[in-house]
Amino acid sequence: MPFHRLLAAVLVGLLAASVPCVCMAQQDTQKEVERYRQLLAEGNPADLFEARGEELWKAPRGPKKTSLEQCDLGLGPGVVKGAFAQLPRYFPDTDRVQDLESRLLTCRVTLQGFKPEDAAKNPFSAPGRPSDMEALASFVAGQSRGMALAAPLRHPKEIEAFQIGEQLFYRRAGPHDFACVTCHGENGKRIRLQDLPKLTDPGDARRIFTSWPAYRVSQGTVRTMQHRLYDCYWQMRHPQMDYASEASIALEVFMAKYANGGEISAPGLKR
Amino acid sequence: MADPMRIRANMAGDKVEVRVLMSHEMETGQRKDASGAIVPAHFIQNVTVTHAGKTVLSAQWGTSISKNPFVHFRFKGGKPGEKVTISWVDNKGERRTDEVVIGGG
Repeated sequence: MPFHRLLAAVLVGLLAASVPCVCMAQQDTQKEVERYRQLLAEGNPADLFEARGEELWKAPRGPKKTSLEQCDLGLGPGVVKGAFAQLPRYFPDTDRVQDLESRLLTCRVTLQGFKPEDAAKNPFSAPGRPSDMEALASFVAGQSRGMALAAPLRHPKEIEAFQIGEQLFYRRAGPHDFACVTCHGENGKRIRLQDLPKLTDPGDARRIFTSWPAYRVSQGTVRTMQHRLYDCYWQMRHPQMDYASEASIALEVFMAKYANGGEISAPGLKR
Repeated sequence: MADPMRIRANMAGDKVEVRVLMSHEMETGQRKDASGAIVPAHFIQNVTVTHAGKTVLSAQWGTSISKNPFVHFRFKGGKPGEKVTISWVDNKGERRTDEVVIGGG
């Protein structure tokens, strides 16, 4: 039938026309996603967390009714500017390698007199239950915005942490036989629409590691690097990653080695 | 009392460009908490922006506006050094007013 032939011709024509169209649509989508991210970044709600974090930093709190203003984040007591750019690092007073959040816990215990379990009671916020740690981490990180990450990685304990982190990063385990490297060891991988950074590639690592803590639009709150690791471990169905644990800090040291030199954009903004 | 807004107002050509970030839960009233109870609606209903005694923006909002809303707009007639005042009222009657001085371009 001529009609069938006509239809076939039209369909072939449509198919031929639609092949470049799909490509263009994908490029457009990518561009639009970029544009969407830029628009969101103009009004990053992490600003609100930074402001609250600054208030918390200066407010006398805890059993000792002191502020955190004399907290030593690695550059001496009271120096906040640029401190985040040199974390994680070894601290002689606690004789261990600490990241931002673990160090904040130390200051809350030593300066403000909180019990360790109280200081770390509410690390991740939930609706109606804001977390001081998320706000404090946003504030401190924001004070290093624009600086280059320079985690020292010289002290024997820092080197040891890197080696532990390396083992953890590559070691497959759990019911899914997953490791960090399963998702973060190759360029161009993604989960649904989320691009996954290759964390041993300095290009990706510098861009991504330095953007945490970040406001997560889907969760309506700032999430910290500790939360990112906790969630990755949950997603891999590994045992729970304890807050500010040695293992979590070791992984951060491992990532920091590849991210060193990257410009700090934290607190960032993510889906 | 709600947290303060973050407001930036600068000249962009002959117009004033204003960016406002508000801190608000913006609960829709459709979510349930961990125990299954409905989380009551709590959202900004009215937003008013005034400059030199004149309303330059007035908006009625509902539950479709996101948590921690961001508003970005331009208006004519402002000059550097003048004030822009922004206020909102939510469905529980809570309110917040903040103002900012217009900066240069």
